[in-house]
Amino acid sequence: MIELSRRAAPIRRALWPLGAILAGILLTGCESPQTTLSPTTQFADEIQFLLKLTFWSGVGVFVIVEAVLVWVIFRYRARRAAAGLPPQIHGNTPVEIVWTIIPAVLLAIVAAYTTPIIFSTQAPPPKDALPVKVIGHQWWWEFQYPTLGVTTANEVHMPVNQTVTFDLESADVMHSFWLPRLGGKRDVIPNHVNNLWWTPTEIGTTPGQCAQFCGTSHANMRMIAVVQSKEDFDKWVADQKAPPAQPAGGDAAEGKTIFSRSACIGCHTIEGVSQGKIGPDLTHVASRTIIASGILKNTPEDMARWLQDPPAEKPGSLMPNLHLSDTDVKALVAYLESLK
Amino acid sequence: MAVEAAPNPVVAAEHTSTGLNHRKVLMWTFLGSECMFFASLISNFQVQRGRSLNGPYPDDVINIPFTSISTFSLLMSSLMMVLALAAIQRNDVRGLKIWLLACAFLGTLFLGGQFFEFTQFVAEKGLKLSTNLFGASFFVLTGFHGTHVTIGVIWLISLYFAAARGRITVKDSLSVELAGLYWHFVDIVWVAIFTIVYLLKV
Amino acid sequence: MATLVRPAARPLTSLPRSQAMTGLWSWIITVDHKRIAVLYGATAFIMFLLGGIEALIMRLQLATPNGQVVDADTFNQLFTMHGTTMIFLVIMPLSVAFFNYIVPLQIGARDVAFPRLNALSYWIFLAGGIFINLGWLIGQAPDAGWFGYANLTEKPYAMGLNTDFWLLGLQILGIASILGSLNFFVTIVNLRAPGMRMMRMPVFCWMTMVTNILMLLAFPVITVALVLLMFDRQFGTHFYIPSGGGDPQLWVHLFWVFGHPEVYILILPAMGIVSQVLPTFSRKPLFGTPFVIYSGIAIAFLSFGVWAHHMFAQGLGPTADAAFAFSTMAIAVPTGVKIFNWIGTMYRGQLHFTTAMLFSVGFIAMFIIGGLSGVMHASPPADLQQNNTYFIVAHFHYVLFGGAIMGLFSGIYYWYPKTIGRLMNEKLGKWHFWLMMLGFNLTFFPMHWIGLDGMPRRVYTYPEGMGWDSYNMAETIGAFVIAVSILIFMYNAVWSMRHGAVAGNDPWDARTLEWSIPSPPPHYNFEEIPVVTAMDDWWHKKYGDTGHEAAHGAPAAPPAMAGASVDHDVHTEHAGHGGGGHHIHMPDPSYFPIILAFGMFVMALGVITNYWICLVGFCFVFAAIYGWSFEPVSAPEPPSGSAESHPVHETPRTPVAAH
Repeated sequence: MIELSRRAAPIRRALWPLGAILAGILLTGCESPQTTLSPTTQFADEIQFLLKLTFWSGVGVFVIVEAVLVWVIFRYRARRAAAGLPPQIHGNTPVEIVWTIIPAVLLAIVAAYTTPIIFSTQAPPPKDALPVKVIGHQWWWEFQYPTLGVTTANEVHMPVNQTVTFDLESADVMHSFWLPRLGGKRDVIPNHVNNLWWTPTEIGTTPGQCAQFCGTSHANMRMIAVVQSKEDFDKWVADQKAPPAQPAGGDAAEGKTIFSRSACIGCHTIEGVSQGKIGPDLTHVASRTIIASGILKNTPEDMARWLQDPPAEKPGSLMPNLHLSDTDVKALVAYLESLK
Repeated sequence: MAVEAAPNPVVAAEHTSTGLNHRKVLMWTFLGSECMFFASLISNFQVQRGRSLNGPYPDDVINIPFTSISTFSLLMSSLMMVLALAAIQRNDVRGLKIWLLACAFLGTLFLGGQFFEFTQFVAEKGLKLSTNLFGASFFVLTGFHGTHVTIGVIWLISLYFAAARGRITVKDSLSVELAGLYWHFVDIVWVAIFTIVYLLKV
Repeated sequence: MATLVRPAARPLTSLPRSQAMTGLWSWIITVDHKRIAVLYGATAFIMFLLGGIEALIMRLQLATPNGQVVDADTFNQLFTMHGTTMIFLVIMPLSVAFFNYIVPLQIGARDVAFPRLNALSYWIFLAGGIFINLGWLIGQAPDAGWFGYANLTEKPYAMGLNTDFWLLGLQILGIASILGSLNFFVTIVNLRAPGMRMMRMPVFCWMTMVTNILMLLAFPVITVALVLLMFDRQFGTHFYIPSGGGDPQLWVHLFWVFGHPEVYILILPAMGIVSQVLPTFSRKPLFGTPFVIYSGIAIAFLSFGVWAHHMFAQGLGPTADAAFAFSTMAIAVPTGVKIFNWIGTMYRGQLHFTTAMLFSVGFIAMFIIGGLSGVMHASPPADLQQNNTYFIVAHFHYVLFGGAIMGLFSGIYYWYPKTIGRLMNEKLGKWHFWLMMLGFNLTFFPMHWIGLDGMPRRVYTYPEGMGWDSYNMAETIGAFVIAVSILIFMYNAVWSMRHGAVAGNDPWDARTLEWSIPSPPPHYNFEEIPVVTAMDDWWHKKYGDTGHEAAHGAPAAPPAMAGASVDHDVHTEHAGHGGGGHHIHMPDPSYFPIILAFGMFVMALGVITNYWICLVGFCFVFAAIYGWSFEPVSAPEPPSGSAESHPVHETPRTPVAAH
């Protein structure tokens, strides 16, 4: 009736997770651009410290407990010639106390390391931090620099070694602002203002995306952060504040005309041309490396694809398909690409 | 013959593990669950306090004297319920019928007061479900309570008719007791609602 | 035992009351806990296949970057329904199937306290399960995630019927759960066999009781949350709508105050199963039984104090974060205690690795991993990177699939012989187990990695160049390996019904009362309600009080056949009676439960179509309640020569009442 199993299968079973962990560790070299494991701010660094603390202590507990489990499985397998019953042990109170206290102590240690970091990472930002207002929309990110008079979208610039403080709001539903290499995420909640701040220490571009399901194109709500030297950042600010370039002629001028008489003006702002607030500010759209919140590159080809059929690129997009003719698209692309 | 120690003779009317009738344990457990239900609704009311974007605000509509009367009515109905149960427990079916009817009457009076109050809020004060957060929380909370009272009144009247047909005797006093438990619970919830919604200004 | 004496004729119940015990109709009107358990189990398993197919389609979509298998809207419906289905339509009802079948048997009762209410719970569950899936028929299945965060679920962001199917379906399911919990709670409190003090009750029954208390306290909260959402959508309130002053975060709080106890509702029954299986196949008692019980109680109690660990990214502030971090870490302690006690049970035992035992051991191994990743999330700053990524997906699948599902499979293999009367095929069982372990780990272990590597959850696609491609492909392969293992299980379950070895009463030489009666049990379960003198009473009846700490050789007496007595503590009056229990009167079937459930279904339809239909549904509900309240537990027998009227009584509880 009761079949006895002798196979060495239990070893294989226990080795699976171990092997997979090993593989994971070995493959750590291949990280994505959006990894959480290569911090470039103290905020992200402190988070990673806690990750390592809990991970390695977890590995330790795992190895010990699973090893005991595997040993017990092998050592106490029923022998074919088993006679009688094993000792009917009901329990052992001192042992119970020990294995209640030890995990409690380990967890207390984790809590002790965690608590100061909770408070330090949520302390009010330093007074000299650069304020950036982040507004989450379905499905793009708006960035405003109130002290600098700059409004842009999907690409947030920061000067290196300068604290930046983000005030996070939502225009519609809940989103979550997440640039993994710069820090943990913070949810963006309508009728709330949340705050996040950090000090980037590495120059470069790093991607992020929305991390709270926010509707059809949640997966497409991406962004990039550009950390620059102070000089480059100041130049970027100056360029963003400058009035938009006037198109010289040809396609670009034609594009501006088309833009001014199309539905575009209802949603987008181009300084001196339109004041729409529903979609991204396009005054300096050509200065960005990505468009459509990071799902397309800012190249004429991708821009054309986007203009031709936005919902096809970004399902559910509020930007409609305006059924533009190819010539119109060409002109608009030329115009938009001139807005550096 | 190692049967466990005899159950407490005072409560042990039943051959159950606790000596309590199944339905009695069921009713108490159900009321425990209902506590969480009303606690959640009351918490919502408290959370929404002061968050209405526009009036009418509580001070504009709350009429404590009027609601005190309907509250009193509900409280007295609980007294009627106690008397009803006491009556049937001494096999006084006539008494049961009188007190059941009185209880249902006072409960209906309470409901009438609620209905009047609600229609006043909507028609005269302009406070509807959709007007503001106060209206929404108020009507949802008191509406669910009122629905519970209504179910209770129907239950009481059903018991009355059963008693009128001679189908309730002292052996069936549990049926009345169960209705009583429910009715008292509904009353206590109202005490909490009246205090938090009407009396407290915090 | 007071019930109303039934007069000669009443309008509604003069309709013939069927006594059918066989055939399709008998299943529709059954009030027998064993049949209701089978209904729950079969329905839950079909839902498991449905949820599994939803998962496989998602995995096909995610196997490659920029997948084109399904579009964004469909994918969002798939992940929403996969989660909702697996939680509410699979794990919970499978657990309830076990509560239904096993608890009365383990406490020595003939049925649950309220058999018709039991049937009602099932039919309402079925109504809710069908209702919540109706959206698929019109391409508008729920699509806002299984926890439906406001205000994405509000107009104008959710204009279709998707969210309405979700919130109405869940309300129906919530009622089913609450009714069921009331029943099991009263059953456990009130229907235990004589001598079964609480601390002599099997641990599975303890976990059942704790789970049901959690349900009774947690479900009202989500009911309120859903009601407020329904009012927002139907009646113009603004509870969660920012433009009206409402706060979407209120939903998040209310949901997780329910949601966290809910996940313990999902895991505790499986822990209870493991606590029965391990001792049986270790041939020794559960180590530290009181501590396992107290841990379950502690976990349930603490579970109401940790909800905001789902909200560490919501900006609640450092004090709230710290407080919930502490409570979350605290809850890991009793969880660990259980795991150590399970290992202690196997220590110095004689371990027999039947399929049931393999799944229980697999549960422990996988749950350890899931629990440890949970501790990693418990640190709020660390969670800011882990939250809403595949790291979380990995965590909860390890505890819910590697934990709950494997525990439930352990229970299926363990108790299948009791319910069917035949053993499942062990070879196929082992194939199922090993393939499932392989597929499961292949699917979910890499998710730890890609989560830390920056892949968020609930994304219908991801771009190339992130380095996630091969992991996603591996996960998809793993999902199909799981599917194959389930096919093997299904074949085994069907094959064994006809060809499995006959089980007999006690094929495992087990410890609890359900193994003292035939397989499958007779309609009335116990011919003679046993008198209980110890924890693991059946074991004690077989082996006497053999050695507590010291090992001894031969058992005191050979395993007893059902009905025969072994020692003087057992009533011997009807020893060897075996007569089929003709003197035992069980409650009769009823058709009011299904009518009531149907009425509720129609009411829900009315909310999304036309309120007059609501009224029609309500009429069914009202009529069913009315008829039910006048219907006695048992239909009176046809008049006989005897002057004594046949007493109508509630479920017989003791040998005395059985006559």
